[in-house]
Amino acid sequence: MSETGERDPVSGRRTTGHEWNGITELDTPVPRGVLMFLIVTHVFAVLWWVLMPAWPLGTSYTQGLLGIDQRATVERELVAATARRADWMARIETAGFDAIRADAALMDVVRSTGARLFGDNCAACHGVDGTGRANYPDLTDADWQWGGGPEAIAETMRVGVNAPHPESRIAQMPAFGRDGMLDRSAVRSVAAYVYALGNPGYSTADTIDTIEAGREVFLTTCAACHGEDGTGEPAIGAPNLTDDYWLYGGDLQSIVTSVHGGRQGHMPTWDERLTDAQIRLLALYVHDLGIAEP
Amino acid sequence: MVAALTSAERQSAAVILLVVALAGLAMAILGGTGPLGVHGVLVMLFAGALVAVVFAGFYAPEPTEDRPTRYYDDPIKVGIALTMAWAVFGLFMGLWVAAQLAWPSLAFDAAWSGFGRLRPTHTTGVIFGFGGNALIATSFHVVQRTARARLAGQVSPWFVLFGYNLFCLLAVSGYLMGVTQSKEYAEAEWYADIWLVVVWVTYFVLYLRTLARRREPHIYVANWYYLAFILVVAVLHVVNNIAIPVSLAHAKSYTVWAGVQDAMVQWWYGHNAVAFFLTAGFLGMLYYYLPIRAQRPIFSYRLSILSFWGITFFYMWAGSHHLHYTALPHWVQTLGMTFSVMLLVPSWASAGNALLTLNGAWHRVRDDATLRFITVAAVFYGLSTFEGSFMAIRPVNALSHYTDWTVGHVHAGALGWVALITFGSIYTLVPALWQRQRMYSAALVELHFWLALAGVLVYVFAMWNSGIVQGLMWRTYTEEGTLAYSFLDSLVAMYPYYIARAFGGLLFLLGALVGCYNIWMTVRAAPHAAGRAADAPQPGGAAAVAGE
Repeated sequence: MSETGERDPVSGRRTTGHEWNGITELDTPVPRGVLMFLIVTHVFAVLWWVLMPAWPLGTSYTQGLLGIDQRATVERELVAATARRADWMARIETAGFDAIRADAALMDVVRSTGARLFGDNCAACHGVDGTGRANYPDLTDADWQWGGGPEAIAETMRVGVNAPHPESRIAQMPAFGRDGMLDRSAVRSVAAYVYALGNPGYSTADTIDTIEAGREVFLTTCAACHGEDGTGEPAIGAPNLTDDYWLYGGDLQSIVTSVHGGRQGHMPTWDERLTDAQIRLLALYVHDLGIAEP
Repeated sequence: MVAALTSAERQSAAVILLVVALAGLAMAILGGTGPLGVHGVLVMLFAGALVAVVFAGFYAPEPTEDRPTRYYDDPIKVGIALTMAWAVFGLFMGLWVAAQLAWPSLAFDAAWSGFGRLRPTHTTGVIFGFGGNALIATSFHVVQRTARARLAGQVSPWFVLFGYNLFCLLAVSGYLMGVTQSKEYAEAEWYADIWLVVVWVTYFVLYLRTLARRREPHIYVANWYYLAFILVVAVLHVVNNIAIPVSLAHAKSYTVWAGVQDAMVQWWYGHNAVAFFLTAGFLGMLYYYLPIRAQRPIFSYRLSILSFWGITFFYMWAGSHHLHYTALPHWVQTLGMTFSVMLLVPSWASAGNALLTLNGAWHRVRDDATLRFITVAAVFYGLSTFEGSFMAIRPVNALSHYTDWTVGHVHAGALGWVALITFGSIYTLVPALWQRQRMYSAALVELHFWLALAGVLVYVFAMWNSGIVQGLMWRTYTEEGTLAYSFLDSLVAMYPYYIARAFGGLLFLLGALVGCYNIWMTVRAAPHAAGRAADAPQPGGAAAVAGE
């Protein structure tokens, strides 16, 4: 083609002799480097085909000289990873909680590994540092709705709260107002009484009658779960009403809302997602959070 | 618009629009208050508005006899306006979703404005709205000039342009209502997909017929790429979207592909959408507007042949590299990976061919921001094709997959290559099309260039960093053999990069707005007195007969 093209003054090459609306093309040969590079990538590809599973053969495929298959590789790596953890994992799984807590080295593993497990599974509700937020309990304090020992925590994780699990912990505070078990004044007075439990200053000459009326309501309606003194009962998930920790808010209006509409907290079950050892490890970790914080 | 059509053509345009409006009515009746019904109303409004335009000009004087001696530029002008409108929309949606990742409350707690619904409006808006309109408009320009022939149809170019934009509207408005096939870059539902097939086949036939009319003995390289784009996108679109609707009265459909086959078909589609939509079509653009703007011959015709056939052949195999380390059999992954590696040389040959074409014109690159857009686009093309082949290597992919590195790679290609080549081409095309001597303001082109380049660099560096940090955090183990970081830890680490990414996107959007203003002012300026007498098709029979 070069016999027809003009010579380009910059490159010294001839054009192909065609022109489209002012555009021409030089007849430059493909640079040697491009061809070399092309060969290198093809050699790489062919080598890879020889070594690895590559080409289909009807119902089978070329297996490759190295005999590598991704599925076998994953299985082998999973076994190796499990073996790497087996030593301490076995002790978490079988040793008593007290024995583990006495073992400082093992507790270091609990703290580092537990933080990742907590971050991936629990932090979405309870927060990265476990301090919770409105309607999600703080796990770092001394207040435990279902008991704060490692055994109780592990059990709560295993079966959940108000969850579909057959052994789920069930705790439903009824909607006393909405469902007509208490009238408006009873709801208000019992809320005032409960509020005064944790806020003695609230009891004044103006409010004392309401609080006293509320006490009557409390003893007949609430004490069965929360106890006559209002300190709660962890075995049935009834919270302590005399301290300053309030899952659903401790101001008077929030308490009215809780008595009126009831509360049914929910925590999922973890026994299908986590292994027994992981649950035990997390229970130790969560328990430890409460101790580490003053 | 309508004045250039004969009265017979005006009639056929009106009939086509009435048929479309009737289809919309049928959708509205069948779909009732569901999304299909809403879309029926949208189709009726769209067709109705165009019917009004046709009727408004229905009794205008007929076009003059010499119509075939002029190029058909009206659809290109409207196409450029639509390109810029979609650019602003798509880039804004991108900025919004990027900001949502840093500040999730920007989802405003509504269903339509959640990340999952807005994100496809961004991807469809930029890829199909911005990119697609740019490809249609420039392909109409390039094919006419390089064939020295007028488009082989008077109504069909409008049908392609408006039909395509109707598809984009149906897609984007559907996402906001929760209508989606859940296939990436193919989210639009069955009725929109069927409509796109009709539009696309018309486009293909129009393009082939125009090429057949050419007054040049040879078909220029740019047309090879445009044709590959049109043909392969049709095949990809049909195969990936084979689905069975729940009923004709319902927007939802289910794909006929199942399990890992579905994943493979989807990523064969997805990767070749990148290859033939975002690469081949825009290489067509590069092959025309680069030599025009640089006033240099293409460096090597032989290299063009090598890269064209290399790209079209190797890309077809590479889709499975999106599914490394999944249920897809190992051997399919091997093929995807090795073909991706072999693809590198043809890709680099294209980029190299473009950059070597600039030898003898580098002073223009320095002085002319428009040519610099095109040059930097070619550099980003080279960078992102290298990165793509690299990331397709399985052990590299083990680190990069599912991380922001992928997002950074896509945007190096989409912003750095696709958007920059488009802006460079538009700045070349607009003065030529409206017969102005130059753009309204060279300084604003310069400003757009630097905003766009800064935006891409901020974006891409942010995502490279965040992607690699993410990938490393996800695979770091402690001495005890457990993960060193929770997923939340990695999210916290992403936060500064997500802010930087949104900032990069903001710069890019500002650049596009500057471009819109500049184009608008150029169009409003008085035509250049000298005109372009030479810019006309070759009279029939005067040159070599087409197809010889």
